Formats: sequence, structure tokens, C-alpha cells
Amino acid sequence: MAEKKSLYQEFSKGIIKENPVLRLVLGTCPTLAVTTSMESAVGMGLAASAVLICSNIVISALRKIIPQKVRIPAYIVIIAGFVTIVQMLVRAFLPQIDEMLGVYLPLIVVNCIILGRAEAFAGKNPVLLSAVDGIGMGVGFTCALLLMSGIRELLGSGSLYGFTVLPESIPPMTIFILAPGGFFVFGMLIALTNKLAERGGKPKAELKGCSACPMAATCSLVGSNDACKEETK
Amino acid sequence: MKIFLAILLTGILTNNYILSKFLGICPFLGVSKKLNTAAGMSAAVIFVMVLATAVTYPINTLLMKNDMEYLQTVVFILVIAALVQLVEIVLKKYMVSLYNSLGIYLPLITTNCAVLGVVLLNIDEGYNFAQSMVSSLGAGLGFMVAMVMFAGVREKLESSDIPKFLEGLPITLVAASLTSMSFLGFTGLVEGMFS
Repeated sequence: MAEKKSLYQEFSKGIIKENPVLRLVLGTCPTLAVTTSMESAVGMGLAASAVLICSNIVISALRKIIPQKVRIPAYIVIIAGFVTIVQMLVRAFLPQIDEMLGVYLPLIVVNCIILGRAEAFAGKNPVLLSAVDGIGMGVGFTCALLLMSGIRELLGSGSLYGFTVLPESIPPMTIFILAPGGFFVFGMLIALTNKLAERGGKPKAELKGCSACPMAATCSLVGSNDACKEETK
Repeated sequence: MKIFLAILLTGILTNNYILSKFLGICPFLGVSKKLNTAAGMSAAVIFVMVLATAVTYPINTLLMKNDMEYLQTVVFILVIAALVQLVEIVLKKYMVSLYNSLGIYLPLITTNCAVLGVVLLNIDEGYNFAQSMVSSLGAGLGFMVAMVMFAGVREKLESSDIPKFLEGLPITLVAASLTSMSFLGFTGLVEGMFS
């Protein structure tokens, strides 16, 4: 029973307690870029989750084979391989999603959530746990994207998932699907989750600067330079 | 000549990589607290972007010739990672002063989506070699403009009175939203100038 409980914990932590987007503030680039409509958010969420789950499994399975010193390049190759597979599948079967996501689809390679989970979890834990962790984080990422794209699409184009919801008498505020709206909605969502976290006695979501960066282990900035000390303070 | 200027201005103003394409948000939010670190980071980004484009362009031509475009993502990320390491080693050995000002930012750049983004976008746009180089330079300069501007905004934020629930990251994002709104004003500028 004990194992079951911990499996469930690994799964559920990614959705609320350690939501990668709203609590850990990782993967901000795709979060801001693809949330202009719910459809592209779903596409991005699923594509990134697929890559995350697969790479977590493979990295965890290879964790004793990959030498410590070259682990980051090794992780990057594994992740890039899966991204290429996902990219080819999407291009073949869902061309409209491919068009919507554009360059952000191959850019899943540098999504900090995936490399971050590989470094923080999959490289140290057994396969099953890593897979569950990947699923949890993937669901959390997709949920956060859906929430944000729902708000932006409703306010910015008056529709939800492509269906017009608001009557024509209410003109949509186009700025919400443009870049400034993205930053603004994201800021408000973080403020809201901070408020909720505060009520539950949890610390605020804070950009951890270098310490959250997956490259931190190999980075000469960490601890040696004032730029980093300042950010990690 | 005209087209080069148009590409350059598009990268800096209308299609700013940070503020309208959302590439490189992590360093934008993470390393923009102080003006000098922001400037150092952006200089390193410009350097790596231009160098990465110069190296990946011939590699891409080679891949295209052999019908292996699907390897682009894997090859490019590896090339960029290796390149960044190489530059770091070379700078450390031969150009210590430059290393001290730029080198420390280099490892952070490998996973910066702006670098891989610019390389991939250049191919999507179908630019030739010279155009790709100019486009990368524009993207890098745009990165710098946004970083330096935003570092200024954040230094002001430090001393201002902020509502309690917006303290920290939320107000930073709202400030970024306003900064990016100012860049919306450039929409159509390049088309207007060159058509």
C-alpha cells in the first residue's frame, strides 16, 4: 500500500502543489506563446507531455549507464530524439496543429520543464516513479496552459475552443491574444496562485533564477559570480 | 541593401524575440535585475546567435542535400551546445578579459530557446546565408534592447509602492506586459518604410 500512495503523490504533486507553470515557473516561453487559443494550448500540452513522459522513462532507465559528467548532453540528445518523433507524428496526422505551433513545436527541446524533470527527478528515480512523475507534470502543464488560453481566448476573441461564446454586442479585447495580454494574464494567474498558496501556508511562486535552471550543475555562474548570487538570493 | 535593413529592423522592433515572439523569457525575467548583467547576457546572446547561424547554415544545406531535414532539431541543439562549450574554452584560454565579461553567461545560453529559435526561424523564412546572418544580428540586438529596457524598468520597480498581492513575480510580468505593449506601437513600421 505504501508504494501505491507514493505513486499517487508523485502523480498529483505535478498538478497542483508543484505545478510546473504556476508554482515552479518553468517553461514560460511556450506558456506565453501558444496560449492564444485553447486548441493550440491542447496541442502544445499534449506534445510536451508525450515528450516528457517518454524522455523521463528512457532517462530513468539509462540513469546508471549515463556517466555523470556528460549527463546533460545525453539528456538533450534523448529529448531531441523524442521531440523529432513527436514533430513528425504531428506533421503527418495533425497538420493544422503543426501550423499553429510552428517553431514552438521543435522548441520543446529547450523547454525547461523537460530538462528540469530529467535532472531533478528521472536521473535519480526508478522507471515507474519517473513515468508517473512525467504524467503528473504533463497533466499539470496542460491544465495550466488550458486555464490561461481559456482566459485569453474568451477575452481576446470572444470564443472558447473555437466556438463563439460571447454575443456580438460585446466586442472582444484583441490585446489579450497579443503579446502584452499574455504577460498580463500570466502575471495575474501567478498572483492568484500565490494568494491561494499563502492561504495554505505555502511559499510564493518565485523565479528561482539560476537554481531553477537545469544547466545550474554545469554552469560557472552558480556560486561564483555576483550575477547569480543576486538572482538566487 | 533594402531587404537587409528591413530584416534587421523587423528583428529589433516589430518582431522582437522576447516581447512579441516570447523566445528567451527565462533570461528576460531571470537576469534582468541589474543593468550590467542584462547587458552582459545580451552581448553573449548576440555573439552566440550570430555564430550559431553561421555554423548551422552550411550544416542545414548539407542535411537538405541528403534529404535528412528531420534531423534538424537534434543536430542543431547539439551543434549549439558544442559550440557554446567550445567558445567558452577558447575565450577562457586566449581572451581572458572577454571571458570575464561574457563567458560566465555562456552556459546559460545553450538552453535558451531564442538561439535555437532564430536558427529554425531563419530556415522557415527561407533566408539565404547573408540574410540569415542579418536576421540573427537583428534578433540579438532586439534581445538586447528588450533586456536593457526591462532592466531599467525593474530598477524603478524596486523603489515603488506595489500592491501586496502583486509583489515579486506578478508585478514583473505586468511590467513586461506594459513594455511589450509599447513595442506594439511599431507594428507595420517596417512594411510602411520599405514597401
